[in-house]
Amino acid sequence: MSSAPEAPGAAPADAGVATSTDASANDGVPHVTTVADVEAALGDRRLASHVQDDLCVRVRTDAWRSSLETLRDKLGFTYFCFLSAIDWMPSPYGRGEDDPTEPPPERDSTIRSGHAGGETRMQVFARVVNPVTHVGVTLKADVADADPRIESVASVYAGANWHERETHEMFGIGFDGHPDLRNIYLPADFEGHPLRKDFPLLARMVKPWPGIVDVEPLPGGAEGDGDGDVASGGADGAAGGGS
Amino acid sequence: MTLLGDRERLSYIAAQAADSRLNVELETEGMTLNIGPQHPATHGTLRIIARLDGEQVVWAEPSCGYMHRGYEKLAEVRTYPQVTTLVNRIDWLGSFANEVPFILAAEKLMGVEAPPRAQYIRTILFELSRIANVSLFLGDLGVQLGAITPVFLAFRDREYVLNLIEAATGGRFHPNFDRIGGLKDDLPAGWVDETRSVTKKLRRFCDEIEDLLFGNEIFQSRTRGIGVIPRDVALQYGLSGANLRASGVDWDLRRDHDLPMAWKHAQWKVWTHPDGDSFARCWVRLQEVREATRIVDQLLDAIPAGPVMAKVPKIIKVPEGEAWVSTENPLGEMGYYVVSRGDLGPFRVKIRSASFNNISIVPWLLRGVYVPDIVTILASLYFILGDIDR
Repeated sequence: MSSAPEAPGAAPADAGVATSTDASANDGVPHVTTVADVEAALGDRRLASHVQDDLCVRVRTDAWRSSLETLRDKLGFTYFCFLSAIDWMPSPYGRGEDDPTEPPPERDSTIRSGHAGGETRMQVFARVVNPVTHVGVTLKADVADADPRIESVASVYAGANWHERETHEMFGIGFDGHPDLRNIYLPADFEGHPLRKDFPLLARMVKPWPGIVDVEPLPGGAEGDGDGDVASGGADGAAGGGS
Repeated sequence: MTLLGDRERLSYIAAQAADSRLNVELETEGMTLNIGPQHPATHGTLRIIARLDGEQVVWAEPSCGYMHRGYEKLAEVRTYPQVTTLVNRIDWLGSFANEVPFILAAEKLMGVEAPPRAQYIRTILFELSRIANVSLFLGDLGVQLGAITPVFLAFRDREYVLNLIEAATGGRFHPNFDRIGGLKDDLPAGWVDETRSVTKKLRRFCDEIEDLLFGNEIFQSRTRGIGVIPRDVALQYGLSGANLRASGVDWDLRRDHDLPMAWKHAQWKVWTHPDGDSFARCWVRLQEVREATRIVDQLLDAIPAGPVMAKVPKIIKVPEGEAWVSTENPLGEMGYYVVSRGDLGPFRVKIRSASFNNISIVPWLLRGVYVPDIVTILASLYFILGDIDR
């Protein structure tokens, strides 16, 4: 159906995802999926892509559903892994470790998108996998800041139904055409969208992070002499341990 | 004697009359059955609302969220080493396996790889958590069908595995042992020999369970042909792990993904089953415990010497980027999409847990089944509430 399957060696140099292991393919999908295949199948719906061990493609918002449909039907990406969203705005509360007695510090609030770029504060992303070639693609799409909504893909992948419900309550993104967009975790009358960055983590607001009491200043260089709890194996336990 | 005969005849006639009334005149009324939130089949607090027509389910919907702890939000205010403490509690029966994909994602972003010895020990502990997790499933399976004995066997033999995990990591349920760049500690003395004897016990446990349950006529009649999930439905719902392989999809992330782990150094087999019914799901899991013991045995023989920790800075800052790593956890595909901004903690962590997808098929799967089968189907899908709600 799609372009002829290429040998892995013939793929572009950066085609890190074009690994085909012992594909036990017995249905009519190509045995190898390359970056070029995916990009050709998506055509002008693709806005940008990022290849680094893994393929991440940003598609036009209005082509979100049709892109996933194409990947499923043309390239055999039949396995639905997950769907969620990212809020690219840095949190105005930082990591919730400010001293409440002092005025909050200045924070950089510029919105920078990640792999494959983006123009809006929030992005929807989903991952689908070809279960024969074991190649996965992460698809991203921008959603408008003013009225974040995008077409539902629950009719393309039945598993997206719950993921869209979760994304809807956590990020406040609407999914047009979703059969039943109720809350899945939160109570029906919950106000706000907890995974948005401007939703404060109330536990940290009510009670200051105890870390600010006995925090050690970060050493200036890469490696300091603070008793870091990570790298030192078990060697630093000698001084502690009273009982 | 004659009296008894008359009585039998009379009751037969009465039953026939009742039947014909039921079939012709009586209009049945829909009934809503509420299962849970505290039902032993649910491993936590899942509530299932089922609308019944007689004994058949016409509509069913799980109601999640009783255990939602917001780990994706909490991870955003914690440092990378602190996140392992959180993700430990997602699938609490196989905690160590939850830590691994997150640590691998962080290592991928940092460009660090654990030394070979750490990779081997990680894989061994990973497989031990699978054994601990799935052996409890195998024992619990009997309870769902009214057989009590298997669960005692399972708790007895799982204890050996938990003792091993405790000996190596210090925690029975929440090891918090995996570190970016390797492991917290090396194995204690004598642990390898002890583990060898335990895998033998676990293989015997598998044989016992196979004799007790899988050969049992009642078990077979309650699970064979019940709750069938075809291959393409399983895929589009994103089922993973044994649930997917029981529907005939030959896909195991341990074999098919190139991860810096030691599975590739062992000889083992990925089991699939063509039927897609409850029996197939249970059977594939039983085989997976056996394969896990084989993997552990082979890796124990081959653990290389050397350090268990790579050179990493004491204060871990992960460079800017995005990484997706998923592994084949006891419950299925568990993955983390980690977005880093070059900070001490992650900017966003999307936790893709297996049970969330595995359970999202329930409304489709329960339609048309009979009430007693609800419990066996849920048990065979095998989910853990912490893994659904995160």
